[in-house]
Amino acid sequence: MPTRYIIQKLLRALLTIWIIVTFVFIVLRLSGDSALMIFGPDVDAEAIKTLREDWGLNKPIWQQYLFYIEKVFHGDLGKSYLDGRAAFDVVMERIPKTLSLMGVTAIVTFLIGIPAGIYSALHHNTKTDRMTMTMSVMGLSIPNFFLGVLLILLFSVAWQILPSAGSETGWHYVMPVITMATAEASVFARFTRSAMLEVLNKPYIRTALAKGVPWKNVVREHALPNAAIPTVTIAGFFVGSLIVGGVVTENVFAWPGVGRLLVNAVANRDLAVVQVAVLLIAFSMVATNLLVDFAYGWLDPRVRDLRGEST
Amino acid sequence: MIDMANIPSTPPNPADQPRNDKRFRRRHFFERYPLFVMMAALMLFTLILVAVLAPLLAPYDYTAIDLRARLQAPVWMEGGSWNHLLGSDNLGRDVLSRLIYSIRLSLLVAFIGTIIGAVLGTALGFLAAHFRGWVDDIVMVAVDFQASLPFFIIALTLLAFFGNSMMLFIVLMGIYGWERYARITRGLTLSAITHGYAVSMRTLGATPGRVYLRHVLPNISSTLIVNMTLNFPATIIMETSLSFLGIGIQPPMTSLGNMLGFGRDYLTTAWWITVFPGITIFLATLSMSILGDWVRDRLDPTLK
Repeated sequence: MPTRYIIQKLLRALLTIWIIVTFVFIVLRLSGDSALMIFGPDVDAEAIKTLREDWGLNKPIWQQYLFYIEKVFHGDLGKSYLDGRAAFDVVMERIPKTLSLMGVTAIVTFLIGIPAGIYSALHHNTKTDRMTMTMSVMGLSIPNFFLGVLLILLFSVAWQILPSAGSETGWHYVMPVITMATAEASVFARFTRSAMLEVLNKPYIRTALAKGVPWKNVVREHALPNAAIPTVTIAGFFVGSLIVGGVVTENVFAWPGVGRLLVNAVANRDLAVVQVAVLLIAFSMVATNLLVDFAYGWLDPRVRDLRGEST
Repeated sequence: MIDMANIPSTPPNPADQPRNDKRFRRRHFFERYPLFVMMAALMLFTLILVAVLAPLLAPYDYTAIDLRARLQAPVWMEGGSWNHLLGSDNLGRDVLSRLIYSIRLSLLVAFIGTIIGAVLGTALGFLAAHFRGWVDDIVMVAVDFQASLPFFIIALTLLAFFGNSMMLFIVLMGIYGWERYARITRGLTLSAITHGYAVSMRTLGATPGRVYLRHVLPNISSTLIVNMTLNFPATIIMETSLSFLGIGIQPPMTSLGNMLGFGRDYLTTAWWITVFPGITIFLATLSMSILGDWVRDRLDPTLK
């Protein structure tokens, strides 16, 4: 990968982070007295005064801004007024639960979505293909909160075989994972299918067939690796939709993760926590997109072999 | 294994086939308008009709409380009565009436949101393409920013910091998706203004506004319309999700999402409060997607 490509992508990631932090800073200032916002209205005047000095709120706006950026990079972002602890710690301790739910969902999504898409493409315009695509449209159209509620109605209320809330055992994963993976697998099936179809139409496939390579090998050695490249590009989108899906799903199933914390904090206007959660989500999105760019540069020889030329 | 399906099938040329009997015409009609698409269009038409005629159709006021008829089952179940066709909720409010008014509000918000997004995005796309330079840079950085964070999270943040109000909520639904219109408009305009028709209009002395609105816009409108059909169901899901979580539309107003959200507490005793609005959202987004796919295939074969 050319250094120039790497530097370009890194600069872009830094720029995005800077914009996001600035955006949060502006919103925080526009929304009113940030001392009150962070501490909540019940705190005595002395504490607010200390905080104002602590956060440099009595300084000119550009100094406040620099001060804010410094605080962000130290992870020092105020206290949750709901439980009085540092907002950063409050969010951090919820991360493992969210990550484990996202991880299991991602595995299930890959296991269902990608094979379904490949199969559909290889059986283009057959009944199975059309059925898979119909199911994918339906999977995309059903809102995940409704799917979650339906699952609870069936498995917890009517048949009473699965727990409807909590995260203690493996059984607790079943319904949240189905809820999240349905839409994700639908997207993957569609995307993999169209990537495969596009590759199968390429001249090099015809060439391989013409020189007598068996169909199985053509698919395995020529079609699949080439179709995998565009699939990498939706990884960024995938992480974003896992985060959003997670926020909704965690709330449906009372899953003690970041998403539930975030919605709770929004409803109670616990702004320090909202701020930390949002910055965390933003940073992980930027990091994912950066990784996607690098993976793409590494996978695609057209980018990989550019030596110092401009991209 | 390479099947013939990859070769584009040309539609039968009417000149070659002088058949004009009824059966042929019927088949031809269904090839042009598949059954699924017809059903989707009918579904959407019904929903829009319900939204428009809500005050005439709803048997009760959607806020009318009747504590003696709480959690009544739909009419076909045990304990149901003709007074409340789809049952009643925890305060004895008629589920059917609430459903009708929820359809009205959810569709209205999605319509307004889609239109604001389309106008805003298209205008910014034109500005970026016209001025280039720093205007272009600013618009594109904003586009990248919006694409780098899921909008759901941006909406949550703004609702948390500024507090919930109907005005802010509608503005948010409008901002949702603007970046796609901007990107499409900018790209297509940049290529369109080098085309003969745009160049000649400018030579004839037309103002930039006239060139963009009267000549470029009609030429790029099919792609924009396709994007609207994608954006509309996404806006419905965005609105209902936020309302479901209790941070979107607030009571006493009722939307499909907040109906579902409140009904969730009564899942064990009164499933009908949640299931009917849920099915409605599903049908609305499904039919819009089917219709959108069909429109896309007809209008814009490049966008597969």
